[in-house]
Amino acid sequence: MTDAPKPFAITLDPGSSRANHTGSWRSERPVYVDRLPPCNAQCPAGENIQGWLYHAESGDYAAAWQVLMQDNPLPAVMGRVCYHSCEGACNRATLDEAVSIHAVERFLGDYALDHGLRPQVAAPPSGRRVLVVGAGPSGLSAAYHLTRLGHAVTIREAGPMAGGMMRFGIPRYRLPRDVLDAEIARILSLGVTLELNSKVADIEAAFAEGFDAIFTAVGAHLAKRTEIPAHAAGRILDAAGFLARVEMGEAPQLGRRVIVYGGGNTAMDVARTVKRLGADDAMVVYRRSRAQMPAHAFEADEAEDEGVMMHWLRTITAVDGAAVTVEKMVIDATGRPQPTGEFEVLKADTLILALGQDADTGFLARVPGVEVAPDGVVGVDARMMTGRPGLFAGGDMVPAERTVTVAVGHGKKAARHIDAWLRGGALDAPERHAPATFERLNTWYYDDAPRSLQAELALVRRQTGFDEVVQGLTEATALYEARRCLSCGNCFECDNCFGVCPDNAVIKLGPGNRFRIDYDYCKGCGLCAAECPCGAIEMVPEIG
Amino acid sequence: MLKQIEGSQGMAEAIALCRPQVICAYPITPQTHIVEGLGAMVKDGRLSGCEYINVESEFGAMSVAIGAAAGGARAYTATASQGLLFMAEAVYNAAGLGLPIVMTLGNRAIGAPINIWNDHSDAMALKDAGWIQLYAETNQEAADLHIQAFRIAEDLSCPVMVCVDGFILTHAFERVDLPTQAQVDDFLPPYRPVQRLDPANPYSIGAMVGPEAFTEVRYLAHQKMIDALDVIPRVAAEFEAAFGRAAGGLVRPYRTEGAETLVVALGSVNGTIKDVVDAERAAGRAVGSVSIGAFRPFPLAELNAALAGARRVVCLEKNLAPGLGGALASNVRMALRGQAPVHTVIAGLGGRPITRAGIAGVLAAAAQDALDDLTFLDLNRPVVEAQLLRAAGLRESGPIAENLLKALNPGRVERVSPRRMQE
Amino acid sequence: MTETQKVRFYQTGTHTVGNRLMEAESRTVQASPERSNAITSGHRACQGCGEALGARYALDAAMRATGGRMVAVNATGCLEVFTTPYPETSWQVAWLHSLFGNAPAVATGVAAALRVTGQHDVRVVAQGGDGGTTDIGFGCLSGLFERNDDVLYICYDNEAYMNTGVQRSSATPAFARTATTPATGPHPGNVAGTGKNLPRIAMAHEIPYVGTASVADLHDLEAKVTRAMAIGGARYIHIHVPCPLGWGAAAHDTIRLARLAVESGLFPLIEAEHGEVTAVKPIRRRVPVEDYLRPQKRFAHLFRPGHEDRATLAAIQATADANIRRYGLCPEGQE
Repeated sequence: MTDAPKPFAITLDPGSSRANHTGSWRSERPVYVDRLPPCNAQCPAGENIQGWLYHAESGDYAAAWQVLMQDNPLPAVMGRVCYHSCEGACNRATLDEAVSIHAVERFLGDYALDHGLRPQVAAPPSGRRVLVVGAGPSGLSAAYHLTRLGHAVTIREAGPMAGGMMRFGIPRYRLPRDVLDAEIARILSLGVTLELNSKVADIEAAFAEGFDAIFTAVGAHLAKRTEIPAHAAGRILDAAGFLARVEMGEAPQLGRRVIVYGGGNTAMDVARTVKRLGADDAMVVYRRSRAQMPAHAFEADEAEDEGVMMHWLRTITAVDGAAVTVEKMVIDATGRPQPTGEFEVLKADTLILALGQDADTGFLARVPGVEVAPDGVVGVDARMMTGRPGLFAGGDMVPAERTVTVAVGHGKKAARHIDAWLRGGALDAPERHAPATFERLNTWYYDDAPRSLQAELALVRRQTGFDEVVQGLTEATALYEARRCLSCGNCFECDNCFGVCPDNAVIKLGPGNRFRIDYDYCKGCGLCAAECPCGAIEMVPEIG
Repeated sequence: MLKQIEGSQGMAEAIALCRPQVICAYPITPQTHIVEGLGAMVKDGRLSGCEYINVESEFGAMSVAIGAAAGGARAYTATASQGLLFMAEAVYNAAGLGLPIVMTLGNRAIGAPINIWNDHSDAMALKDAGWIQLYAETNQEAADLHIQAFRIAEDLSCPVMVCVDGFILTHAFERVDLPTQAQVDDFLPPYRPVQRLDPANPYSIGAMVGPEAFTEVRYLAHQKMIDALDVIPRVAAEFEAAFGRAAGGLVRPYRTEGAETLVVALGSVNGTIKDVVDAERAAGRAVGSVSIGAFRPFPLAELNAALAGARRVVCLEKNLAPGLGGALASNVRMALRGQAPVHTVIAGLGGRPITRAGIAGVLAAAAQDALDDLTFLDLNRPVVEAQLLRAAGLRESGPIAENLLKALNPGRVERVSPRRMQE
Repeated sequence: MTETQKVRFYQTGTHTVGNRLMEAESRTVQASPERSNAITSGHRACQGCGEALGARYALDAAMRATGGRMVAVNATGCLEVFTTPYPETSWQVAWLHSLFGNAPAVATGVAAALRVTGQHDVRVVAQGGDGGTTDIGFGCLSGLFERNDDVLYICYDNEAYMNTGVQRSSATPAFARTATTPATGPHPGNVAGTGKNLPRIAMAHEIPYVGTASVADLHDLEAKVTRAMAIGGARYIHIHVPCPLGWGAAAHDTIRLARLAVESGLFPLIEAEHGEVTAVKPIRRRVPVEDYLRPQKRFAHLFRPGHEDRATLAAIQATADANIRRYGLCPEGQE
């Protein structure tokens, strides 16, 4: 080419339009936000489910587990026994099926046990001592979190083994004991002192020993009874006591036919255990219909699969030796069961009452300021502290749903408040983000991906032994399942905003650093917000 | 090398010697033989390093040439008449983008009525498209002008149209002296574009320009033409030095010394005019002529100098600006600044022969100051009178008085002549 | 291959622009901070312009496919006007604009020049809107096709002459309101002819490659551009680019509308080589045409409250159904 100048005005230098700042056209600006995904919002244990799935998606299971462990010290247990209400809230259910969060959690929990992973404990020792009363899920959780916060923790457990209802209420075919033992051992290995067969009867005495705070989580073990006219004494047991004895290797004689009275998860566990102990007939009698039972559907399904017979809408009115008289019930317009006057007689060698438990909190009755309800439930404030300063409580003994997950959540929450209280302040909890609703998602970007199913043990083995029924996921399926997460409300760096901006006004900041809007050029068209799969961009009006 | 050769073939040979790299071909009489000749040379390998592209229209032809020139190649095409008009948008565009395309225009009339024969209507239609327009008098000059055209175009980054009279030059067999490849290579260096599409230097060519700069762009286009007034004679001089014969340039006076009447014309008709001049001079009449070699840019000063001293100027031109007269005369009047009267003689439209007798008649009338400002040479007046009469008879509308007059005097027709307009 | 690479990233499949977990080569060009940005910021396209997006998508993909050895030719139209008003240009690739109707021929000339000057590695992409392509440039385009010149021609189809104020083109869909087909009288909107299906006309030329693409499916679009750049000769890609202004739609709906056009069957995504269809992109989540039409004011006359034009809607649905049948856009069991 010659050195002659380029034609005036007709020929222009590349990219010179960057001198034209089109941001002045804008009436709305896109802003990146984080919203609370429904799974996290729902989790009684306060897990950052989306947070750990994010790491699991990339195959970094150790990192995922560490995020999990920030909230829950028992992932392998929880992945098995949690009723995963998170999955009921999961936005993916609207698209196809919920992400199998519990299965991935279990995979991570097992992965950590297999690989000997240990939680990160960073806080320096505080010099404070905290007593935890009860080594159930709530107490263990509190002990773990308090230890991580730098406090010296002693657990006193009245029973001979740690685990509480995880051990004495949940049959081992749902929760193998080696898993439970390993996760408890890992908590203890952080420096927690466990004193077994050590019942705390006097709280004030315990304070006098030098504990700066006490967390009680003694559970609810006292079986509820019902008035059943017994003409000739049949064999009647209570569910909690029965399961505990089975766990201790003291299985009672049941006979060939067993009736379990109740419709909760415990009733299903008992019936299934009975079946495994060799009974010919395991029957569940419940006064309402299946639709109204408190047990989770899958528990009833699995029980039925294993041959448990269900007698819905029946009330036991009399027991006369092996003859158990039941009255048929109907559900009235208000949803309550009403007697019909029609009766049947069932044959049973043993009747096991699974009607719920009350808390055994008599030892707190004398503590000044502590409120104990007639059913033993103890009142706590928003910090989980009782009326006695420094005395906290959680788990089944406080007003809440009684699940392992809730108990673990109580333990964490109490630990954080105890920590704040010990440091003389209040817990500075971050404000919750607004919910990440399904409507905010742009689901076209998510591929159809049906949920992966967990394999189950062969039926014959389920009916004859206590091997774990539900199998874990392989790494590939766990990864697949993790990758079904929609990342609702939180940027997962899919590059959509970076790609769809017609004005190149989105700057990609590199892995882990997300994006930034270049407001010099952003015209405010809103395409980035509209095409963000997970709803992590909002358009806000420009002011002035 | 001397060849007895068809004009089109001579031009094709000369163009091939200029090593065009992209040739776009679309047939239209009378330029077709040129691109046919070039096509044969590309096909048989005599012209190598050249892409010969058969396009779908003249619009396509000029567009391909635009792309080729912007892509950094020496581009050539040829057209005529309707074809030039069909590509008109692209003709303007090539000039606007400053692309040194060379195009042969085989001058031909424009329809309707459709007419394949020679006149300058096509060239005049696009005289202000921003192209340099060169006119050839002879087949030799037609060949030589192409060699100069590439030099001029590339020196200025401005497209050049070489106008050659259809059939009269394109189809006539004459002796043409064709230079050697080495001679042309010495005269015409390889194409070095001012700008081209280059991935390594990715500027944008062809921006939209608004009121804030459009006038300046246009001014610069005009200035480029003014520069061409220097470049064209310089290249012609260099050509003469290199090849030993004169060709091109802005104006070519013939026996103008002492002439009372000077005839001005474009293209091949200058040959006939010179014959008439020779005859007139032999008869003792002070007549000369000026052939205009470059109509755009228009050589105002050079023409003024060439015409100085004449008592009158007669523009013999092969185009009609209906309602006005002739484009050439209009331009010549501007050069002459009223120093002498300029008569327009419209001649040779649609291929009508321009004879020595006809020109001599014009000169005789001029010498007696009996030549109208606008004359149609050899007009078959009875034919047009009859048609005008019929048209008048058919007219049903108009003022009542006029219709009455028509009814009373059926043989009489009122019509407006250019002369009356000037009054 | 590690376990993480074997398992598809089902979180988003392959539909998002990028994905932190996919191998870099499986992500789109647009996911890369190293993309060419053939059109850069500061251009004057309307908010949410589909054509600005489509052109960057296509040319960035072509730039990657050619290793940056590419030049572009542009027809007159929105794309040209909003990118190159003096004194600024948004282009960062070598770019030439000549006229409205001659981009294919100019591209032919550029390709010839590159060939004859020995720059065999430099490829030419020509581009224009639907007016410049299906109407005024059609003759030159057909010439480009039949000569099989080495040019990829891309039509950004926004279904009317938008630059001049939304007048009908031969790519305007039946019944659509434009400035020259107003929604008045007994037959409101565009004439219910068949329009001009340029991809099929291109196929009739039996050129090496024809593809249709949408700004709503970036992976598909880039794959088609990449495929086209791997082939020599004349290639044609027709990209559907919604125009918020001309269609009377919200700026943030540009991609959504493009997606609905595809998912309804009104804009089939296909590929053809030498005149034969070689691949179709199946519809993932089929929607009725109403879902696509209703958000656009140019079809508002079909949805007047209480006077919905069911007959016309049925006719448009029939067009979509015919496309679905013709190309088999809904695999077995989904239709």
